[in-house]
Amino acid sequence: MAQVIVVTSGKGGVGKTTTSAAVATGLAQRGKKTVVIDFDVGLRNLDLIMGVERRVVFDIVNVIQGEARLNQALIRDKRVDTLAILPASQTRDKDALTREGVSTIIEELSADFDYILCDSPAGIEKGALLALYFADQAIVVTNPEVSSVRDSDRILGVLQSKSKRAEEKKDKVKEHLLVTRYDPNRVERGEMLKLEDVREILAIPLLGVIPENESVLKASNTGTPVIMDTESVAGQAYKDAVGRFLGEDLPHRFLEPAKKPGLFQRLFGGRAA
Amino acid sequence: MSWLDYFRATRKEEAPPSASAAKERLQIVLAHERIGRTREDFLPKLQQELVAVVARYVAIDPGKVKLDLDRGGDMSTLAIEIELPAPSPGRQAAAS
Repeated sequence: MAQVIVVTSGKGGVGKTTTSAAVATGLAQRGKKTVVIDFDVGLRNLDLIMGVERRVVFDIVNVIQGEARLNQALIRDKRVDTLAILPASQTRDKDALTREGVSTIIEELSADFDYILCDSPAGIEKGALLALYFADQAIVVTNPEVSSVRDSDRILGVLQSKSKRAEEKKDKVKEHLLVTRYDPNRVERGEMLKLEDVREILAIPLLGVIPENESVLKASNTGTPVIMDTESVAGQAYKDAVGRFLGEDLPHRFLEPAKKPGLFQRLFGGRAA
Repeated sequence: MSWLDYFRATRKEEAPPSASAAKERLQIVLAHERIGRTREDFLPKLQQELVAVVARYVAIDPGKVKLDLDRGGDMSTLAIEIELPAPSPGRQAAAS
């Protein structure tokens, strides 16, 4: 049986798709058969972040409506052979997703994959509710910022009341906190919520901290999951998070400001890698 | 950071750190939202039951009941204001 993992946040723009792409790729790199599903019908973007936008022929809605078989819609990644992507539809509306349809797809995928990642849309409407409904585990992506923390708290409440596990009164969905866009320099200056504050408020186990990093934009520009940029701090932080997800005990890195740039670097606008 | 920012940053007055304000505000708002999540909004029912109790002893106009809940950080207050009708002349005479 595959584990179903939802990547969710409530708030938009905090890094759900970046995280879905990175974690799915990371799990696949570790030899786990992984499929990542885009639930953002109408605003699909996972295909772009994964760099497979030109290979989309069929999508999840086609499969649900019986216009294509699941295997025709799945895109096999060319970089990591244990990774597949199921894109969202760009033209249909959200109502094209049904619980029965998604249930059938997840059941079918369960036979072939170890991990099924569900990249949730923002909000707490139908698409987001469906993305989390079948979850065994949840990665809650949170920025150290008031509206993101509040929305994460809200989505935790939804996970505890509206997921299949909650409805069937099974063991609750296993929750993981992933803090993204963390800027240790701003934290040090007292301009940004500290990691400890976010942890204390949300009170769920910490999976990782992804520092604010230029490599994330660079990765999305080129359609390469940032975890493949092994030189970058964000890539390394995602790799650590995947390791922790698989049960490794790894220390959290990149929580302190990097060494101050020297005078030369400051004067000529040098940027940290 | 470009070299111009370097001079700008050194000139600027230090603003008080805002992260602690963020934490405090979050803790307060979430404390309340979590209560609302686990329990349905009890105010309408509370008002109904209170009015029913008071009405057993005093003739009141159910329309003239005001209920206020003010949720603060350390203390919340529940204020119930029930306007009693002016005593009718007949009953006043009987009471005196």
